[in-house]
Amino acid sequence: MIPLSWYLILSAILFSLGVFGFLLKRNIITIFMSIELMLNAVNLSFVAFANYWNTHPRALPSGDPIVPLSGHVFVFFVMVVAAAEAAVGLAIIISVFRTRETLNVDRVNLLKL
Amino acid sequence: MTKNLYLWVIPLLPLVGAAINGLFGRRFKNAMVSAVALLFTAASFGWAAWAVWTLWPGGDKPYIEALSFPWIVAGNFSAPFGFYLDQLSMIMVLVVTGVGFLIHIYSVGYMGHEGGYYRFFSYLNLFMFFMLTLVLANNYLLMFVGWEGVGLASYLLIGFFFLKDSAANAGKKAFIVNRIGDFAFLIGMFLIIQHFGSLNYDSVFGKIAEGHLSPETGWGVFTVIGLCLMFGAAGKSAQVPLYVWLPDAMEGPTPVSALIHAATMVTAGIYMIARSHAIFNLAPHALEIVAIIGCLTAIFAATMGLAQTDIKRVLAYSTVSQLGYMVLACGAAAYAAGIFHLMTHAFFKALLFLGAGSVIHAIGGEQDMRRMGGLRTKIPITFWVMTIATFAIAGFPPFAGFFSKDEILGSVYHSPYGGPVLWAIGIVTAGLTSFYMFRLWFMTFFGELRLGSVDIGEEAHAASAPAQAGHGAASGSHGHADDESHGHGGVHESPWVMLGPLVILAVLSVVGGWVGVPQFMGGHNEIEHFLAPVMQYPTVAAEGSQAPPGVRVLDPTSAPEERTTGEWLLAGTSVFAAAFGLFFAWLLYYKRPELPDRITAKMHGIYTMVLHKYYVDEGYGAIFVKPLLALSTAVLWRGVDQGIIDGLVNGAGTTSKGIGNELRRMQSGNIRSYAAWVAIGGAAVLAYMVWLGVTK
Repeated sequence: MIPLSWYLILSAILFSLGVFGFLLKRNIITIFMSIELMLNAVNLSFVAFANYWNTHPRALPSGDPIVPLSGHVFVFFVMVVAAAEAAVGLAIIISVFRTRETLNVDRVNLLKL
Repeated sequence: MTKNLYLWVIPLLPLVGAAINGLFGRRFKNAMVSAVALLFTAASFGWAAWAVWTLWPGGDKPYIEALSFPWIVAGNFSAPFGFYLDQLSMIMVLVVTGVGFLIHIYSVGYMGHEGGYYRFFSYLNLFMFFMLTLVLANNYLLMFVGWEGVGLASYLLIGFFFLKDSAANAGKKAFIVNRIGDFAFLIGMFLIIQHFGSLNYDSVFGKIAEGHLSPETGWGVFTVIGLCLMFGAAGKSAQVPLYVWLPDAMEGPTPVSALIHAATMVTAGIYMIARSHAIFNLAPHALEIVAIIGCLTAIFAATMGLAQTDIKRVLAYSTVSQLGYMVLACGAAAYAAGIFHLMTHAFFKALLFLGAGSVIHAIGGEQDMRRMGGLRTKIPITFWVMTIATFAIAGFPPFAGFFSKDEILGSVYHSPYGGPVLWAIGIVTAGLTSFYMFRLWFMTFFGELRLGSVDIGEEAHAASAPAQAGHGAASGSHGHADDESHGHGGVHESPWVMLGPLVILAVLSVVGGWVGVPQFMGGHNEIEHFLAPVMQYPTVAAEGSQAPPGVRVLDPTSAPEERTTGEWLLAGTSVFAAAFGLFFAWLLYYKRPELPDRITAKMHGIYTMVLHKYYVDEGYGAIFVKPLLALSTAVLWRGVDQGIIDGLVNGAGTTSKGIGNELRRMQSGNIRSYAAWVAIGGAAVLAYMVWLGVTK
């Protein structure tokens, strides 16, 4: 059985890739993809923990049992929200491209003082 | 005693009048304004007379009326809204409402041509309200409310012609100088609270009488309280060193000078000292200082009155001088004599001022005596009432001033706090008073009318600059009077609405003194007996021997009934001094009018000094006003206000502006830098949590 830490390390690597992609890339599509990467890194750790608690049942310090499926449920929620966000975000990107004729975020700075 | 007198109605009535005239008077006709003002003042007088009549002649205990709700309560201390009627406040309340009512009537005639008629009567009624609160209060705090209130009314009325710079400045001066005295009064009240735990007359004096004093309440405390109260009285009653405001207060309309700055308000200090005599009697040093201050004021002001040429200013200095007599009487522990003189002075000084107003009115606003003269036949009624008043103030029997002044001088001579020296100064002052009053009389009513014909020298112009400026501006407001007088062919007698009060006051100036005919002249000195229940405290202290250590208790044998030796001599001396003054005034200003100029030429130095009022105003200006002004400008204004306070406010502004300016750089518009901040923040939170996990 693969230990939990491996999943977490992979998740951390994916999240860091997302962060650095977000910070360093100028293309708005790439930034968007980086965000998706970060979300999925988090999803991975959720699923990993859910699986872990499923195989190692344990009670919380308060005495309440840990519900093993909650991690999965979170993942579904995140996916749904990410899908919605992708739809809205892509719509904004298209709108920005139509007016600015560019996908470079450094040149989308009309609100700057 | 059980009957409810509703004393609170007495002060309230003038307040209602003031409110009606003040709020709606602008739309009223003059007749309506006078009707309202006179009605409420007359009602107040009537109510006061009824209350006094009901209570007459008063018992040993005062009538006290406390309204059912408390006013100020703080811990053990409380000050009620309470009223207090004893023999002392009976006299005061009758003088205030009676003389006040007469002056209201007079004002109807005198102020008829002036603008702001409703404003004048509103202020005058307001003054009555505060003055009645002052004399009827049953505790020092309520008295202080009236005390401050009459100061306010005085300020408003001195500055009545507020477009005139000199009037506005005189108002300010009166108010500020009074505030200095009030400060001392306040400290005196704080000391009373500290040592007696109350400001009610009853409990304070009761504790003194029963000797229920805390151990640390020695004679020193009484002396300090006495001196503080004295200084407060010096402000209100225009004593040295705070008398300077009163002569300038003559900028106000003449009825105001008569009512506030001669008959009533300035006597508040005398009333306060007489009211507090239980404290003063235990503070012999304070009494000595009171006597000395009164004596100094009396002679100092009398000499200044010698060289004045403005008719109202002569009267102003004579008022200061007479107030000095009253304070001297209080200092000699002859409070009844002081109150007696207060009453007769209210009659004849109000008469003098109103008579002077009538003279000024008659010749169209002129106030300089050098331009008057020969008015005896032209305004005969004014002449006769002025004659009575002049004889009264100079102290000729049987006029009112003689009895009261003689009573004071006799008491001073016998008092342990007075003595022959103060008595002698008092006699000299009496001579000077007689001289300058007859000088006024001769210059105004005898010789030739010099209206517009006398060229007044440059120097004199400079000296009486405020008065001249006052006249210059007043002639504008007196325009109607001028036209009228020319229409009538020059000088004209005042209307009866003005002469009526004059005649009544003249009668009072004659008979007013008869209530105090001393024993040795075959009288009973009724006023002394009348006031005896109020002035009971000295003997209580003597019998109970409860006086704090170091206190000389008054010798009861110095009571006026016991003195007989030399009384005729003392009285004769004061009459002789008055006759002396009359003779010199006659010689210098009637018989040989060229003499004064030669004398002043010879004694030029002294004359100039007296003319400039000993340069006291200039001295105060140089010693107090200039440094204060410089200090305020340099330190308080430029330093504290502009530097610290404005600096703090502006500093708060510039600091947040600077911080915002720095933070503005974060708002770069660069999405990736925002993201970087978010990432850094997230990393910081993560690091913190890790750190927490490690340290656990």
